[in-house]
Amino acid sequence: MNNAKFNRLKDKAFKYTGIIASISGIVVLAIFIGFVIYMGVQRLSWDFIVQLPSRFAEESGIYTAWMGTVWIMVFTTLISFPLGVGAGIYLEEYAPENRWSKFLEINISNLASVPSIIYGLLGLGVFVRMMQMGNSILAGALTLSLLILPIIIVSTREAIKAVPSSIRDASNALGASKWQTIWHQILPASFGGILTGVILALSRAIGETAPLIVVGALVYVPFAPQNPLDEFTVLPVQIYNWVSRPQEEFIINAAAAIIVLLGITFIMNGIAVYLRNKWQSKMEW
Amino acid sequence: MVKKIFALILFGGLFLYSCGSGGSQQEIKIDGSGTVYPITEAVAEEFRKVDPDIRVSVGSSGSGAGFKKFTRGETDISNSSREISEEEKALAEENGIEYQQFSIALDGISIVVHQDNDWVNTLTPEELNKIWKADSEVQKWSDIREGWPDEEIRLYGPNTAHGTYDFFTEVINGKSGASRTDFNAVADYNVAVQGISSDKYSLGYFGLAYYEENADQLKLIGIDAGDGPVKPSLETVKNGTYKPLSRSLYIYVAKSAAKRPAVQKFVEFYFDNAGELAQDVGYVPMPEEDIKAQKSAFRSFASDTVAVN
Repeated sequence: MNNAKFNRLKDKAFKYTGIIASISGIVVLAIFIGFVIYMGVQRLSWDFIVQLPSRFAEESGIYTAWMGTVWIMVFTTLISFPLGVGAGIYLEEYAPENRWSKFLEINISNLASVPSIIYGLLGLGVFVRMMQMGNSILAGALTLSLLILPIIIVSTREAIKAVPSSIRDASNALGASKWQTIWHQILPASFGGILTGVILALSRAIGETAPLIVVGALVYVPFAPQNPLDEFTVLPVQIYNWVSRPQEEFIINAAAAIIVLLGITFIMNGIAVYLRNKWQSKMEW
Repeated sequence: MVKKIFALILFGGLFLYSCGSGGSQQEIKIDGSGTVYPITEAVAEEFRKVDPDIRVSVGSSGSGAGFKKFTRGETDISNSSREISEEEKALAEENGIEYQQFSIALDGISIVVHQDNDWVNTLTPEELNKIWKADSEVQKWSDIREGWPDEEIRLYGPNTAHGTYDFFTEVINGKSGASRTDFNAVADYNVAVQGISSDKYSLGYFGLAYYEENADQLKLIGIDAGDGPVKPSLETVKNGTYKPLSRSLYIYVAKSAAKRPAVQKFVEFYFDNAGELAQDVGYVPMPEEDIKAQKSAFRSFASDTVAVN
């Protein structure tokens, strides 16, 4: 076998390895989703969405769970969006290049990989007990905000970095102040990317169970929350509880609830893609 | 556009916030044992039909975690599948929490093996102790009784967060929490059911409800505590012949909560319906007269506090 032939063979081998690698991920995911849909779709109905939890699997619904999830997500967004984007802008645009900001940067990257249960314990100690918020939506949302802040900060910085420096130079050359440059040029240009990061971070938060259980999400909550200091339950906690029941029918309920949760996540990701495309096509210099 | 999005998010939050009419309704907060949870959930669900204005919320963070909240005064009622421990009592005292314990149902802990296991039918408490004690030397089935297969035994049980674990270790090993550690400690009993039903040489223990729901995949072992082998069932747990692995399930009611009419109404409703509802969700109802005794005990506990105030 000569060298050229051998190289072509290597090329082929690598190509097929790549194909197998990418397919296997999708196949596993497809099997999971297919299995969940197969199990749960029989329970999906309007009643399932609007009914309260019950000891009878067939009468049990996820109304309070998804309401809790919506409340938690709205407050998590309200808290994490301004904080995360603000921090990202500061670090990228204002922070001086010194040891202190390097230190900050490394810590933020490290925080992104801290297990979520640790945030839960922090939330329990600080928000629930020290700040006396109790097992409330607000405490849960603050905890989840902490959890996703590092992701938002990092993606905000990446989005800002992607704005060509010629734009900034041009704006400065026209006499714009730093804030004018950021507000009128940098932010609009990078907002698609920032939003994508925020929404992906929120999609992660929506599936979190461990920190919310620690913070005190309950299981049986027969009323939709009415203010941020109310007790709550969320979809993942409801799913977790159903899965651990002895009765098979509750497992089916769990599968149906997973479909709803997946649906919400898909919608959020869809919005992220839409916004990114919209902003990207709009920006023309 | 940026401004619009900010405004949208802000308004969304304000809208949700303004929906709130203030949490002035009557609330009853319950947390604790995951074993007791299904009963309390059922009671809360039925209670809602009687009095929808009283908001009852129930958590299932485990007996121990439940007592942690209860002894800090964070909950009104604590579910438990074991009695309160000395440390927890001390904590309650330290925080000035007065309470009383009430039994609400019974449960049997079932010992199960694989369906195709044809050598075990009964075990004695001594044999269980030999298997599960802290420094157990049992590695193979033949270590338990001569003549049993020379195969490795694989053990399943609840992890330390469960009241079932505390109770089992106390009864079988003499001390709550004393157990060998080289077994599959599960957080979710369904994992144990799956493990045992797919492994011919396994053995495990958990609440009766989990056996009953999976009776076609598991084999139930009788316990011989001296009077011949007895298997756990509604009957044998209720009449007390299934020994020593029958237990009471409890609710603990804080004295400050028992003062409130809403809590009184709920707890009395609990006693009136616990029998039927416990059976609905897989547990064993207490004998009628015992329930009555618990109810009157609660009445005097609650009225006593009213008199003081």
